[in-house]
Amino acid sequence: MLTAETIIQSLASGLLMGLLYGLIAVGLALIFGLMDVVNFAHGEFLMIAMYATFFLFAFFAIDPLLSAPLVAATLFVFGAVVYLLIVRFAVRAKANAGMVQIFSTFGLAIVMRGLAQYFFTPDYRSINTSWLGGKTISIGGIFLPEPQLVGALVSIAAFAGLYFFIHRTDFGRALEATREDAGAVALVGIDKNRVFALGWGLGAALVGLAGAIMAIFFYIYPDVGASFALIAYVTVALGGFGSVFGAFAGGIIVGLVEATTALILPPSLKSVGIYAVYLLVVFIRPRGLFGSM
Amino acid sequence: MDKDFAKRRRRELIVAFCLAVIAALVPLFVKDVYVQNVMVLTLMYAALSQSWNILSGYCGQISLGHALYFGLGAYTTALLFTKFGVLPWFGMLAGGVISALIAMALGYPCFRLRGHYFVIATIVIAEIGLLLIQNWEWAGAALGIDIPVRGDSWLKFQFTRSKLPYFYFALALACVAWFVTWWLEDSKWGYWWRAVKDNPDAAESLGVVVFNSKMGAAAVSAFLVAVGGSFYAQFVSYIDPESVMGFQFSLLMALPAVLGGIGTLWGPLLGAVILIPLTELTRSFIGGSGRGVDLIVYGTLIVLISLALPRGLVSLFARPKFFWRKAAVR
Repeated sequence: MLTAETIIQSLASGLLMGLLYGLIAVGLALIFGLMDVVNFAHGEFLMIAMYATFFLFAFFAIDPLLSAPLVAATLFVFGAVVYLLIVRFAVRAKANAGMVQIFSTFGLAIVMRGLAQYFFTPDYRSINTSWLGGKTISIGGIFLPEPQLVGALVSIAAFAGLYFFIHRTDFGRALEATREDAGAVALVGIDKNRVFALGWGLGAALVGLAGAIMAIFFYIYPDVGASFALIAYVTVALGGFGSVFGAFAGGIIVGLVEATTALILPPSLKSVGIYAVYLLVVFIRPRGLFGSM
Repeated sequence: MDKDFAKRRRRELIVAFCLAVIAALVPLFVKDVYVQNVMVLTLMYAALSQSWNILSGYCGQISLGHALYFGLGAYTTALLFTKFGVLPWFGMLAGGVISALIAMALGYPCFRLRGHYFVIATIVIAEIGLLLIQNWEWAGAALGIDIPVRGDSWLKFQFTRSKLPYFYFALALACVAWFVTWWLEDSKWGYWWRAVKDNPDAAESLGVVVFNSKMGAAAVSAFLVAVGGSFYAQFVSYIDPESVMGFQFSLLMALPAVLGGIGTLWGPLLGAVILIPLTELTRSFIGGSGRGVDLIVYGTLIVLISLALPRGLVSLFARPKFFWRKAAVR
């Protein structure tokens, strides 16, 4: 039954989920904007963040809300290491640069999935007794799940922080400058590799934050990243490659479209709406909504 | 130079012919069913990757959604046979034609897109196809289709007792895909495609009909991949949406060409000959534990090869003279 109430209800939860999608995707957008590289292991970054949250909870009883900064810091280091060990060499490729980037990060994704299966087993895990898990709050007659609500607030805060960071700090300016012209930046004494490594760290930290929130209400298993990675790519492309805040808008659109599709079509087809909207947008605007390149 | 070129072309043809003859003789000495199975898969992936390479390698339109055409081929054949009793040979042809038409219909809006926007469009279109098939009750939904066994015959293209007929068909398919690529390399289309890949704007201004040449590449590529899908359906006699149309399969199809050498004549074959046996062996010998060691080995290999040899494994075979000449020019 489609009543005004159910429509508002699902749009509201769609909006919350959309803000989370934006948070998952923003790291991807940041890295792409910085150096034109699409990280095909982005979903696996999310996966290890969720496992990190799970183990911090299981072994040390740290609630996901408290461990989120810790997980983000861990992912920061991980992202920087991935840049220094793999991506740094991939961008140097003299031939087929695009292919090398796609397949070196895709290979990394496979390795990470294999390692997760090896060390954590393919079992599904979940965090059952966190502070927010399973709780809902009623605002004006609309029921909102608390984990998603907090996730949405974290997402808004993260985007606001990122905006401030990029536009108001020295490192943010270095990031922007390197993005514009990596060669010229080297001439004024900025180490390109260091900026890129920090960019990868920052991108990974943001998806780490998203992973910590996701771990509260989603199952954790080695392939969990794959289902969110595609949504993240679509989110970034919808917003337009090169635009960090396009990811924010893209995430909200994806969340709302997904919720609307689920109202009309069977739930198993809810992603079809997202994909159709992506195609529609790029057929009209081949560079996404806010794409600059 | 022209003479040299003609000589090289002829030599490629002779080498391919010799390799095909040797491959055809192998089953006379190798009777092990497991090994024969791996050989069938290797040849199938060589054919698929060679076909993928036409659109993505030569024409430069990187598709990570070719599983759509593979699945269409497999499903067309399987549905026509199980629901209407149509022989797989007609199903194969129908699947190929349908896929080629769909590739052109999709290409019409998609070929305006560039770079990552195009790649993501190919992924989501294949994903939409997958979701639709998974929810299509008549076509078996997520469970897929079991192709009933009606006895061994070439007419029905079913063989339960021996893998050999499949082996020879896969060999023929790989030869056809190779030969089509070889022939196209030195045709008007081949030159157009490479021009489109290098710089579409410059190609357009020099009179290459960029859009039509992309459409041509898509149609040829999709047709051959769909025939591969039809073959696969007969070979395994059971298909389900995820295994023939999933994103994973699109990547598996691209990998041999990428690792062997994208946009090259021998790359897909070389990549398949090394990658597929290795995948199957790691899966059977260390993957049996179900703990992901096969994934670790496989993924590490992909990272290392793509970083160390950006031109692919074929670059190992490039004659030293080539390197020397290049160094001298610089």
